[in-house]
Amino acid sequence: MGNVLVFAEHHAQKVLKTTQVAIAAGKDAAAKSGGECQAVVLGSGVDAVANEVAEYGVKVYVVDDAALANYTADAHAAALAQVVNEKGAATLVAAATAVGKDLLPRVAALLGAGMASDVMAFNADGSLERPMYAGNAIATVSITSAQKVVSVRTTAFDPAAKGGSKGAVEKVAAGIDADSKKTKFVSFNEVKSDRPVLTEASIIVSGGRALKSGENFKTVLEPLVDALGAAMGASRAAVDAGFVPNDLQVGQTGKVVAPALYIAVGISGAIQHLAGMKDSKIIVAINKDAEAPIFQVADYGLVADLFKAVPEMTEEVKKLK
Amino acid sequence: MKILVTVKRVPDPNAAIKVKPDGTGIDTTNLKYVVNPFDEIAVEEALRIKEKGGGAEVVLVSVGDKVASEQLRTGLAMGADRAILVLAPADLDSLGVARIFHKLATDEKADLVLMGKQAIDDDSNQTGQMLAALLGWPQATFASKAESLDSEAEKNSQPGIQLSGGTAKVMREVDGGLETLECPLPAVITVDLRLNTPRYASLPGIMKARKKELKEIAADSLGVDIAPQTKILKLSPPPKRQAGRTVESVQELVQVLHNEAKAI
Ligand SMILES: Cc1cc2nc3c(=O)[nH]c(=O)nc-3n(C[C@H](O)[C@H](O)[C@H](O)COP(=O)(O)OP(=O)(O)OC[C@H]3O[C@@H](n4cnc5c(N)ncnc54)[C@H](O)[C@@H]3O)c2cc1C
Ligand SMILES: Nc1ncnc2c1ncn2[C@@H]1O[C@H](COP(=O)(O)O)[C@@H](O)[C@H]1O
Repeated sequence: MGNVLVFAEHHAQKVLKTTQVAIAAGKDAAAKSGGECQAVVLGSGVDAVANEVAEYGVKVYVVDDAALANYTADAHAAALAQVVNEKGAATLVAAATAVGKDLLPRVAALLGAGMASDVMAFNADGSLERPMYAGNAIATVSITSAQKVVSVRTTAFDPAAKGGSKGAVEKVAAGIDADSKKTKFVSFNEVKSDRPVLTEASIIVSGGRALKSGENFKTVLEPLVDALGAAMGASRAAVDAGFVPNDLQVGQTGKVVAPALYIAVGISGAIQHLAGMKDSKIIVAINKDAEAPIFQVADYGLVADLFKAVPEMTEEVKKLK
Repeated sequence: MKILVTVKRVPDPNAAIKVKPDGTGIDTTNLKYVVNPFDEIAVEEALRIKEKGGGAEVVLVSVGDKVASEQLRTGLAMGADRAILVLAPADLDSLGVARIFHKLATDEKADLVLMGKQAIDDDSNQTGQMLAALLGWPQATFASKAESLDSEAEKNSQPGIQLSGGTAKVMREVDGGLETLECPLPAVITVDLRLNTPRYASLPGIMKARKKELKEIAADSLGVDIAPQTKILKLSPPPKRQAGRTVESVQELVQVLHNEAKAI
């Protein structure tokens, strides 16, 4: 019983695809618990965002306050906990994005509520499924507190579509005092790219340590990425070595993705990497070592030197167009 | 300046983890345990801050079984000053652990709590944020830095977290790039992989660590409500992927992806 409140993350006046996933998860949870799915938008000057969220057929609470202009965990958590309590939501749901991961546990502690992260499914009996040990185990968990907080894996639910009767939008006053906003946002160094976002792409080409340099990512891997209209990902080894930005790391402690096609190039397939991509629909591995563990999860494996195979593949793909 | 660093005992990330057939847990036969890799990075960062001067004390804290003292000794051997182990039942959840740390941070009058962003056993990524909320402190999660792990600054063991005039300036790994925040101390900071490369404990360090204070406290003596709000009902092995096949050439690969899988 009880309503489900979805935290609707937005960026630059846009409702994120991960938010559509959270709405879908929230609707699923509400259907199973017999409650209503609602959403909450926090920010400054976010009427348009709130209206757009309402088009997914959910009632929207909006806290519009200058203190929420830039995301900071302390101010957002204070506002969110207030909305949960005031509106009597039983379950708070958000996507397990960087913001969701930062924010939700803080709200859970303010509420004194139990929390489950990275949830993959809501069961009919109220229990939840979530991965542990880098995906080596799937735990069935129950949250026993009256209020519950859940972050959901963005690959585990299909994004909600707009439709149904548009929800009402209701303003809620924040009451964020100086004590609940001690953090100061300084700057955001955005990695600009014309390619699809990793978590939204239907094709991902990821490179590993074997690429050897940032230069090789550019000259060898990127032409294939672009020929396929794909997003680019990477292993931790490639990111640690500084070949590509942090934001591209796929894995247990990076991004979790599940595109229609995932091509792993020069990646060995450590369990921590697999944890972030093994739910992809089709997995291709290109690796010169036939024994590499990545081949155990690959639908199609090519044992080859990537420096020869990748440029060839780029040419073959171009021929298809 | 007092820095509390949380250290969790977790299975070796390189170990193959198997769920027990009865679903009650993982098979721990011959399993090796280590300091949670993120917590090692947190310890390293605390030591760098201390070594930069200003007279910091680095106190390690852990919650768990008596055997977790091994991991605390490892942190002491890296150079931390002393350690506290809170003995607690295994069914604690993140909120329970955070409540224990809340009590310790308050009693110790900590100025900064450094933690890993995620424990690699439960993969929760919750405890630091919960602790910050309970303390009413600001938080900066997923701390990273601009310089790569191959940079000169890294070779010179420069801290990535900038502390000055009672504020911490932290660069964070977020979706789409790196964000910079400033928060007044006291604060909770959780660390990500690219913040530093942790040192190994030296032999003299290991010898010294044996004599450092490691205090054990029973959780129920703290007067903290640690009743779990979440419960693991069972563990199951993950679904297995069907084995695929190898292709002989790039041409064949592109053909099957186009014609058979219809993926490109
Ligand atoms: C706490 C923790 C968290 C972690 N989180 C993550 C995570 O989120 N994501 C992640 O990816 N990793 C993560 N890791 C690291 C993980 O364990 C591996 O170390 C990492 O994934 C290895 O990256 P790699 O496959 O690129 O490199 P390697 O393991 O070095 O593999 C390189 C591969 O390239 C192949 N190769 C070499 N040359 C060529 C060539 N010319 N042509 C074709 N193939 C070639 C080799 O055969 C090899 O298989 C984590 C580790 C820890 C401890
Ligand atoms: N039982 C524990 N003992 C020590 N530290 C812990 C414990 N549980 C969690 N932590 C700390 O909290 C961080 C995040 O853990 P988690 O929220 O479980 O992913 C870890 O990196 C540890 O630093």
